Formats: sequence, structure tokens, C-alpha cells
Amino acid sequence: MVTVRISDDALAIACGADEVANAFAQAGATVERVSSWGMQWLEPLVEIDGKGFGPATPDDVAAILDGSSPLGIGAIAEHPFIAGQQRLTFARAGKTRPTDLADYEATGGWKGLARAREIGAEATVEEVVASGLRGRGGAGFPTGIKWRTVAAAAADQKYIVCNADEGDSATFADRMLMEGDPYCLIEGMAIAGLATGATRGYIYVRSEYPHAIAKLEEAIRRSAHLVAPFVLEVRVGAGAYVCGEETSLLNSLEGKRGEVRAKPPIPALVGLFGKPTIVNNVLSLAAVPYILAEGAKAYADYGMGRSRGTMPIQLAGNIKHGGLYETAFGISLGQLVNEIGGGTASGKPIKAVQVGGPLGAYLHPDQFDIPFDYEAYAAVDALIGHGGITVFDEDADMAGMARFAMEFCAAESCGKCTPCRIGSVRGKELIDRIMARVPRERDALEGLPQMHNAVKTPRSLEDEIVLLEDLCETMKFGSLCALGGFTPYPVLSALKHWPEDFGARRAVPEAAE
Amino acid sequence: MRDAKANRLDEIIASHSRREGPLLPILHDVQAEFGCIDEAAKRQIAQALNLSRAEVHGVVSFYHDFTAEPKARPVLKLCRAEACKARGVEALVDGAMAAAGDRVKIETIYCLGLCSAGPSAMIGNAVHARLDAPKLDKLIREIA
Ligand SMILES: Cc1cc2nc3c(=O)[nH]c(=O)nc-3n(C[C@H](O)[C@H](O)[C@H](O)COP(=O)(O)O)c2cc1C
Ligand code: SF4
Ligand code: FES
Repeated sequence: MVTVRISDDALAIACGADEVANAFAQAGATVERVSSWGMQWLEPLVEIDGKGFGPATPDDVAAILDGSSPLGIGAIAEHPFIAGQQRLTFARAGKTRPTDLADYEATGGWKGLARAREIGAEATVEEVVASGLRGRGGAGFPTGIKWRTVAAAAADQKYIVCNADEGDSATFADRMLMEGDPYCLIEGMAIAGLATGATRGYIYVRSEYPHAIAKLEEAIRRSAHLVAPFVLEVRVGAGAYVCGEETSLLNSLEGKRGEVRAKPPIPALVGLFGKPTIVNNVLSLAAVPYILAEGAKAYADYGMGRSRGTMPIQLAGNIKHGGLYETAFGISLGQLVNEIGGGTASGKPIKAVQVGGPLGAYLHPDQFDIPFDYEAYAAVDALIGHGGITVFDEDADMAGMARFAMEFCAAESCGKCTPCRIGSVRGKELIDRIMARVPRERDALEGLPQMHNAVKTPRSLEDEIVLLEDLCETMKFGSLCALGGFTPYPVLSALKHWPEDFGARRAVPEAAE
Repeated sequence: MRDAKANRLDEIIASHSRREGPLLPILHDVQAEFGCIDEAAKRQIAQALNLSRAEVHGVVSFYHDFTAEPKARPVLKLCRAEACKARGVEALVDGAMAAAGDRVKIETIYCLGLCSAGPSAMIGNAVHARLDAPKLDKLIREIA
């Protein structure tokens, strides 16, 4: 009987993959649950002899089996969305059963760890340095340098902590990797342990990812003998976005409130329980087996400038072809959203694109030629962050999105510093007033004699906007971590590119109008 | 006299005794088993871990997943983060609230990692994507 491959990734399941798999089993097919190819608009995607059918429902099963289904997309591996990628970290996506050790080994698994054992700790660290790999969690700090610091620190206990808190909207690459190729992450962490002399590892996964947690726990159990003496444990977050910040995460692991710690000391020297600790994102650690197995140069040959290697980019929001697109740095934003993503799902023109999650700037279609590169984004007050891209069509209200940025910051602030804890609440109120389009009268407090510096006249819209810009400055420079410090990016970029949504006139009238 | 709950709490605490930093795993288990972490549980955990009651309370109140009182109604968590907003979740909110009435609680959540296929929601550990008004309505009505 025919073998049918269907993903057991959470997104596929959320779109009905389990029901489709059951229907195939009932029709007598052998069903294999594999990882997802990442063509999410086609999920549940059914694969038979390399050919794809999707998005499938239980009603399509008979037609798919008798060859009459109109859902066919031809050979999956040759689909332009897949063929155009450079998959190094996601090389196994769609191809293996996630927790099957034999599948992992047969596709080059454990080769990186074997090589690390062969060349030793010091050479392993230098290999990661030479690869140019930078932290994929957002900050882009060179991974090898972090490892060097931990390796050089003397301590009776060191830790490897994997940051799998993935809280940014529009990001799901960590989730897909953990669900689809958990051994790859385990191998990366074991290599990090070997390189730095750390014998214990923790994977801190957000509680919103129950499928990833289950897969990891199973994979850790099955592979314990292969990574020993390195010991791994999954820890589950408790619904706090800020716990993705590395020092907050460490506090959470220690069983404390997830408040951010001031740096220095850096976690590499004083980390978990005060011991030298590597905190790396899932994708940073999962890039390491390839680097060790194929050599630093093979990885560094991809990319541009100081952004080496590949980035698993996540196409999300109002996009026709959403999913996981791993490619070398340097690709333009326009290419990503228009050519690869196929524009909006609604068919309406694109209005804005947010890159880098809730702390990332909104980019205007005028900026679509910007290359995917840490420095290029930083130069225009934007960030690539964890590589999430959210597309908005012309119906988006950018003042509303700016307001949401403040609201999100207020909801998720750890409360340690004032610009973030209070500024975000005031920012939300301020944008509410701007959106309501009513000039604000002096309130009772401002009328008091002590408040002689307060303005005497009602505040105009322009005054309120200046106040908002002021507040953003304060948050940017006065916050301890990037939650308060980067929330101004989405706010100010929305204000800059779509002032009309805030009721203001465009500073420069557009030539065509 | 110790009741059955206190004994069960002791068991949960003991099952994590070999962990470093056992507080969050303990709280997760207690929340899952009793539906909340109440005053008595806080005190008992604090005593067992040699913490103050205030420290445990501080941790419980910090995290969205932990609650001091049991949830009276079944919960549907609806994602209202950016990518789901871009896919129209806001237009579903009023209808969802109406369908939920007093029977179901609609909680806002920020991102389930299903961001190309929103609007998305979570009930318990089950995830749902590509929601529109009728599908969401059906989920809410069928939630137990
Ligand atoms: C508010 C906030 C949330 C963050 N969330 C995450 C996250 O979910 N995952 C992650 O890997 N890094 C996150 N980071 C970045 C981490 O602090 C840290 O830079 C990263 O885990 C280091 O790993 P890397 O060098 O491999 O990127 C966040 C930072 C801030 C300020
Ligand atoms: S900026 Fe916000 S989240 Fe970061 S430390 Fe300050 S209060 Fe906490
Ligand atoms: S933004 Fe809703 S699932 Fe990610």
C-alpha cells in the first residue's frame, strides 16, 4: 500500500493535519508523520512519492489516492519556494521523522559532534568564531566570542542555556526546529557543552509550545546516551514575553520573578546560579552542527558583509505564501514579500511590513530594496531581530499598530525601570488621544499653581505628536533592556511613514499626487 | 490535621527535589492539578523550599500562567499579536465575546507561532488556525 507523509508540526495540526492523517490511515495508506517543509499556506501538505498535495482536508483523501485531485503541486523539492532556498539549519525540514534517531543519523546527524570530539574544545570554539555566526535571537552578538568567554572562565560548573522563548509575533522558526529536528538542537547544545566545559544544559521553552516541549522531552530521553556526559533538561516558561530576555530568563530558570538583571556582569561570566553560562537562541545552536560537520568556511561562504551564513526567515501576517524561508543574508525585503511571498493574502496592495517582531520597525514599500543584513537594518533604525516578517495590507491602521506596540510593552514590562513601566502606559494614552483627534485641555493637576511650567493652552495635535516623540526618546535611552528600549521603533517608524494615520499631514507631499 | 491536598502538594514538591531551581516546575504542576496556586499552597511551597511566602507570591503573580484563584470558566486563548491582527483577528473579537457570554472566558494571548495562518487560538494544549467568524464561533460553542 502507498506511503503518505504528513507533517506533525503544530501549524499543520492546527490546520487539520491529524484528521487528514487519520483519513489516509482509514483508507488503508501507511502514514508517516514527518517534519514540515515550511510551505505553510499548503498545510496540511500530503506527500506521496515526493509529490505534494495541499492544503488537504479529509474530503480530499480519495481523490488524492486515485490521482484525480486538483490539489497537486508536483514534486515538492522542485517547488520554487523550496528550490530557491539555501537550507543549512533546516536541511531536514520535510524529510525526516522528527524523533526518529535512525532518520537523524542517516541524514548526517551527530557528524558535527563527532568532529568536535575529534578536534577538541579549543578548536571547536575557533571553528564557531571563524564561521562568523551571530546570535539569531535578535541582538546579533558573535556566537564564537561568547563561547570563548565561557570557555576561558574557570568554574566548578558551567551551563548551556537554550533560549526557546520565541515570543515575537511572526516568528516560528525555533518552534519548527524543535518540533521538526530536535536532535539538531540537542547536538548543537552538546557541542557547546564540549567546547566550553559545561556539563548541564537547559532548554527554556515557552508554555505556548506544548508540541515542541513533548518532542524535545522525547528526543532528550532517546539521545541521552549519545550526548553523555552532557545532561539536558527542558524547562517551561510561564507566559511572560520578557523572559526571552536572557537575564530575565536566567532568573526564571532559578525560580524567580522574570525581572531583567543589570549588565555587567554578563551571563557568560555570572549567569545561571552565578556560574558562567552560554545563553543562545535555538537557531544559533542549531546552526552549529552544520558548521562543525562541514567546516566554518562552508558556512561563512554564504551571506554579506558581517552577516555570514543563512537566516531562517519567517514570512507571516497578510501574505499569500507564508512559511519558513532559509536563505543567505543579503536578500531584499521586496524579493521576500513580493516574489517569494507572493504579496498579500487579501490581494490588496502592501501598506507596511514589520520586520523583527513587536520591537521591530515598520518598513514602507519605498524601502523594499533594503538587503537582509544586521547593519543595513540598523542604519535605518530598524532591526532584523529573530527574522520574522509581518505583511500588512492597505487596511492596516498604523496609528493603531503604534498604540498596540505601547500596549504590548505595558502588558509585558517586567516593571524594573520607569521609562518602560510607566512610559508605555502613558504612550498608549497619548496615542489614544491622538487617535481621538481631540485637543487636550489642561487637566486639574496642570492648573495647580505649583505646575507653573505646564502649558497654559490646550495641546494641539502637533504638540501631542512632539510629546510622543519625546516619550519615545526617553524610553529609547532610559530603559534597561530592549523591551522598553526598542518599543519606540515600531511607534516612531509608523509615525514617520504614515503620519496621515495619526491625523497629521505628510511632511513631504508625494510627487505623484 | 493535614488534608489530602497538602499531602499531594508534598508529593509534587518532592518529585522536583533533585532539580536546580525547582520553583517554576512545581508551580506548573500545582497549577495543572489544582487549577490555581492558592494561599495555602504558596505557604507550603515556601516552607518546603526555604523561601518566604512573599517570594513565592511574587513569582506566582509575575507570570501570566499562574493564577491565585481557580478559573471558573473554560478558557479560549485568542492571539491578538501583530501577525494575527494583519490577518483580521480584531474583526472577530466582538463576535467571539458575544458567543462566549458568561460561559467561556476569552483570554488574549500574544502569538502561538502560527503567524502565517492566523487568526489562531488555543484551548488547553490544542491549537487552531485559519479561524474565521464561523469557525471561531463553533470552537467557542463546543468548548467544554
Ligand atoms: C524583551 C526581549 C525579549 C527577547 N526574546 C528573545 C527570545 O524569545 N528568544 C531569543 O533567543 N532571544 C530573545 N531575546 C534576546 C536575548 O536577550 C539574547 O540576546 C539571546 O537569547 C542571546 O542568544 P543569541 O546570541 O544566540 O541570539 C530577547 C530580548 C529582549 C530584550
Ligand atoms: S525596559 Fe522594561 S522589561 Fe526591560 S528591564 Fe526595564 S522595565 Fe523591565
Ligand atoms: S501572531 Fe498570532 S500566532 Fe503568531
